[in-house]
Amino acid sequence: MNVLKHKFAEQRYPASPTINFDAVTCAFASNEGGGKTYTAIRDVTLTVNDGEFLSIVGPTGCGKSTLLNVAAGLMRPSSGHISIFGKELQGGLNRDASYLFQADALMPWKNAEDNVAAGLIFHGTPKAEALEVARDWLVRVGLDGHGHKYPHQMSGGMRKRAGLAQALALNPRILLMDEPFSALDIQTRQLMENELLQLWAADRKSVMFVTHDLEEAIALSDRVVVLSAGPATRPIAEFDIDLDRPREVADIRMTQRFLQLHAAIWDVLKGEVLKSYARTRS
Amino acid sequence: MRALALDPRNRGLVQASRLILLSGGVFIWWLCTTMEWLPPFFFGDPIVVAQRMVGWFISGEIFLHLYTTLLETLLAFGIGTALGLGVGLWLALSPFFAEVTDPFLKAFNSMPRLIFAPIFALWFGLGIWSKIALGVTLVFFVVFFNVFQGVREVSPVVLANTRMLGASSRQLMRHVYLPSAMSWVFSSLHNAVGIAFVGSVVGEYLGSEKGVGYVILLAEGVFDINSVIAGILLLTIFALLLDAAVSFCEDRFMRWRPEAGQTVGATA
Repeated sequence: MNVLKHKFAEQRYPASPTINFDAVTCAFASNEGGGKTYTAIRDVTLTVNDGEFLSIVGPTGCGKSTLLNVAAGLMRPSSGHISIFGKELQGGLNRDASYLFQADALMPWKNAEDNVAAGLIFHGTPKAEALEVARDWLVRVGLDGHGHKYPHQMSGGMRKRAGLAQALALNPRILLMDEPFSALDIQTRQLMENELLQLWAADRKSVMFVTHDLEEAIALSDRVVVLSAGPATRPIAEFDIDLDRPREVADIRMTQRFLQLHAAIWDVLKGEVLKSYARTRS
Repeated sequence: MRALALDPRNRGLVQASRLILLSGGVFIWWLCTTMEWLPPFFFGDPIVVAQRMVGWFISGEIFLHLYTTLLETLLAFGIGTALGLGVGLWLALSPFFAEVTDPFLKAFNSMPRLIFAPIFALWFGLGIWSKIALGVTLVFFVVFFNVFQGVREVSPVVLANTRMLGASSRQLMRHVYLPSAMSWVFSSLHNAVGIAFVGSVVGEYLGSEKGVGYVILLAEGVFDINSVIAGILLLTIFALLLDAAVSFCEDRFMRWRPEAGQTVGATA
């Protein structure tokens, strides 16, 4: 196992960090008012390597989405630096990344095709060409023949597929995903996870995948980072996932190594989940 | 006991019931005035009203008035909607100016704006423009407040997603704010249709030389109640037609909207 892991590691990372969090802290004005602040994440130093599938797990409400928003440039850190391919992200959005949100983010007034084509059109691709690429992506995510449906006419799973196509159609170098499958039923979810892995395997984008589901994190990732309970969340542990690829997410859950990894990570995560639970109850 | 299945989806039954309601109402009116339970001098007579309307169209004397009123209404409706849309989008996207203008807009809105009619008559004369100005002030606010609200209610996730897809601020306007506001605009346009008619008719009533409001005013001057009612009915019919036109456009442009019973997450 160890030999294999090592080999994989060399092949995967040519050692240039795609996303680099350097002591990033994010504090918000608190709901309680009175000048109080709520620190969502504190001193987060984290690297996503080129072509790496990194998952971030942590208890609910621990600031996982904040990390993604910072990486996307939608949110500026209160202190610290975030750099993308070695360049610091200052104020602007991260133009190398696509972001798959937890909630439905398709434009409800555009059908699936137009939604997927929108990003390309924004980037100046002629409309006919953009639509062609969009149709191609809809086929790849399994939405062949549903291109003219509006978001409200699609099921939750179909909307996620369309969202994935929308994000991937731009061929970004980075994919940010915020619990994208959490609203789906377990069967649909496993199908989507497999499809995501297949799509990812084609050109190995750097992925930052946030989830609260540890099994999902292990099944998909090269590396899993565990965050502490909020407030002032920070990474407390990370694990290399040395499972062979290509993976079949439903089957891999049964393997010995998966269970070992799960036990090891859960050991760390459990304490944080309990802390977070105790805080929300009090 | 369920004697009758009163199903609102049964179009035939609904239309038949509407017809019964309408003819029943007209019949009672006719009965009351014919039996002299109500003085026909003050309450008119449906048969005479119908004759009057037909007569207007046969002689052609109504066309000029109708054309004037419709022109005023449509122009007021169009200009008011365009202004409401423009100012609504602008203010919704510039919080500073929204904050600055907020008390003034509230003041103008709560003011009984029909009072402007005499002032507009002085400013714009007795022609159609004083009526259009009145209609515009009425329509503008209805549309403006809805657009403002519509832009404010854009789903933040849709907005963030569209920005991440690379939309410039102009593209955000075109692909997100405008379509999102449109669903609010259309619901306000149904109100605006009626209000635009109010503007032109009240304007004509207060001072003009043509228009349906003017016809009503003349008839009232000689206590010709049948002509007054005929004029009101004529306006009602055209208001309904304009409303139907708005509904037609709404169905065409708002095809993405879920119908009743369907849900949609992102527009909530």
